[in-house]
Amino acid sequence: MEIKAIGCEPLQLKRMHIKDGHTLKVYQETGGYESLKKAMNMSQDDIINEVKASALRGRGGAGFPTGMKWSFVPRQSPKPKYVVCNADESEPGTFKDRYLLERDPHALIEGMLIAAFALGAAACYVYFRGEYRYLIDIMDKAIDEARAADIVGKNILGSDFSCEFFTHTGAGAYICGEETALLSSLEGYRGHPRMKPPFPAIEGLYACPTVVNNVETLTAVPQIIEMGGKAWQELGTEKSGGTKLWSVSGHVKKPGVYELPMGYKDLEKFIMEDCGGMLRDDKKLKAVIPGGSSVYIMNAEQIVGKGVTMDYEGLVVGGSMVGSGGFIVMDETVDVMESTKNLTEFYKHESCGWCTPCREGTDWLVKIFNRISEGGGRPEDAQLLLDICDNIEGKSFCPLGDAAAWPIQSAVKRFPEDFKKWLLNKTNGNGVVANI
Amino acid sequence: MASALATDFTNKIVYTDEVAEFSPEVVEEMKSHLVKYPPERKRSALIPLLFVVQRERGWIDNAGVNFLAKFLELEVTDVWETATFYSMFNLRKIGRHHIQICKTLSCKIMGEPEITEHICNKLNIHPGETTADGKFTVTLVECLGSCGTAPMMQIGFDYHEDLTTEKVDQILDSLK
Ligand SMILES: Cc1cc2nc3c(=O)[nH]c(=O)nc-3n(C[C@H](O)[C@H](O)[C@H](O)COP(=O)(O)O)c2cc1C
Ligand code: SF4
Ligand code: FES
Repeated sequence: MEIKAIGCEPLQLKRMHIKDGHTLKVYQETGGYESLKKAMNMSQDDIINEVKASALRGRGGAGFPTGMKWSFVPRQSPKPKYVVCNADESEPGTFKDRYLLERDPHALIEGMLIAAFALGAAACYVYFRGEYRYLIDIMDKAIDEARAADIVGKNILGSDFSCEFFTHTGAGAYICGEETALLSSLEGYRGHPRMKPPFPAIEGLYACPTVVNNVETLTAVPQIIEMGGKAWQELGTEKSGGTKLWSVSGHVKKPGVYELPMGYKDLEKFIMEDCGGMLRDDKKLKAVIPGGSSVYIMNAEQIVGKGVTMDYEGLVVGGSMVGSGGFIVMDETVDVMESTKNLTEFYKHESCGWCTPCREGTDWLVKIFNRISEGGGRPEDAQLLLDICDNIEGKSFCPLGDAAAWPIQSAVKRFPEDFKKWLLNKTNGNGVVANI
Repeated sequence: MASALATDFTNKIVYTDEVAEFSPEVVEEMKSHLVKYPPERKRSALIPLLFVVQRERGWIDNAGVNFLAKFLELEVTDVWETATFYSMFNLRKIGRHHIQICKTLSCKIMGEPEITEHICNKLNIHPGETTADGKFTVTLVECLGSCGTAPMMQIGFDYHEDLTTEKVDQILDSLK
């Protein structure tokens, strides 16, 4: 598996190939914790303004501007404030945070401490998906090292800034990546999402002001403080600042984690050249899911010769979304009915059960997919899938419902042949994928 | 083909007042989790402590739950409420080695079906079942964040990636 930067200096990936890069010693030898020192000599507003100027947008999936999110946290609060890192990384096709956590844990500690200093937070929690146990061990060691060096805990670096730092584990639930469900889980409850507003910035962990950010978002913060927000932004585009990590899996020769400047041109070159092209030379590209399983699937016609730009705006124009940046590349051997069924099973399994459209809807979707794949597909089944999606999308309590609907809606529309073929071979009629 | 069904190991949960006992070291370990959270927010430690119970007792059982309820000053139903939500908590006894094969899309298209078939044939069980000697349980799970090194499986907490049938044989043969 490749881990490398293309079209830019490695920033997020700076320590990926440095021996013992995960230790405090090597981290500091390679410039680590200088940004924290710098930030602690800045005003809280100045730090937030640098992050705003960087045009950093949340890397967890929603792409919300990070500086703006931080500015929602009340300056003065009678309650303690918290910074929480979302290391739940469970979006199918996404595995970038894992390598940051494994090989550069101090970068996350530094980013979170800068956030904590800027927001006046009393403690930081890193919420790991339960399966990432080995990464929790690595992070716990890094925290111990940092504590021994007066970098976390009381009177950080001899100042009057104190901030505690802890790891926390989930236990197998994709929904706990949703920030309010994550907070419920961190409080020891079932991982059900909460009503927004109030947003976590006002009432988050323990009903206290809380910022929740993705790992990659927080590890960008020391870079932004080091080089200045404007300079970091200019690595990317005006609205999509900086560089971004992309996880690539599926039918390519060189799967891996790639760091690209935002605005990279273009998606076809990325897959066909940077990622080594198709795994099997005699198989053609069929489909790409560019942003983790929850975004629209793209067909080859939307990619080949289309010059799709890799940033928030460019991928929307191209017909999908950045999401979590998880590329799943599929060649012509894949049947998109089957791949969509696979993802729908995922959403059914991961639906938290809180609201009816998502809980019941995903269950019915899987039942219909099962019927189709067992050879009992009815001509109207494609439309039936779309109707159910329509009753989930926008009508569910949290975005997991939408995430279950979008792959199906885009798959039926963009790969009608793969559905028709399953619905045609019926004695009960000449199946037509209706209205698509 | 199955020599032993999972049901051989299914303990129907009998709700009694039995409270599990843990060694002083384990109780110390549990206390070390409590310090992470505000004193009035003990419940936050519930998931980490359920993992400790599972490690010590092999699964989440009635007596272990009763212990946690006392330890965290919660109702027994609070503990069950959380324990039954999360897929990593085993509410029945499982084999000594829990083989969790990822079945999500990237793994699926990169060879998961062959890996699953190979493992199940080798162990003579279906996914969801435990071998008669209680050594292995095989479960199909959702994406584990190893899609770039698919197909993959997790045994206990250990990741095994870029799997081939030969590699699987080596791994399984090395387990006691
Ligand atoms: C169903 C669902 C799953 C999510 N999973 C993750 C996740 O695994 N990791 C993550 O960082 N964000 C995840 N998110 C996004 C979070 O809700 C939240 O937007 C994010 O953690 C905020 O951090 P950011 O602004 O730095 O991206 C998920 C959202 C939803 C709706
Ligand atoms: S949309 Fe799904 S995951 Fe979200 S609250 Fe409703 S049931 Fe739970
Ligand atoms: S799809 Fe198997 S690890 Fe992600």
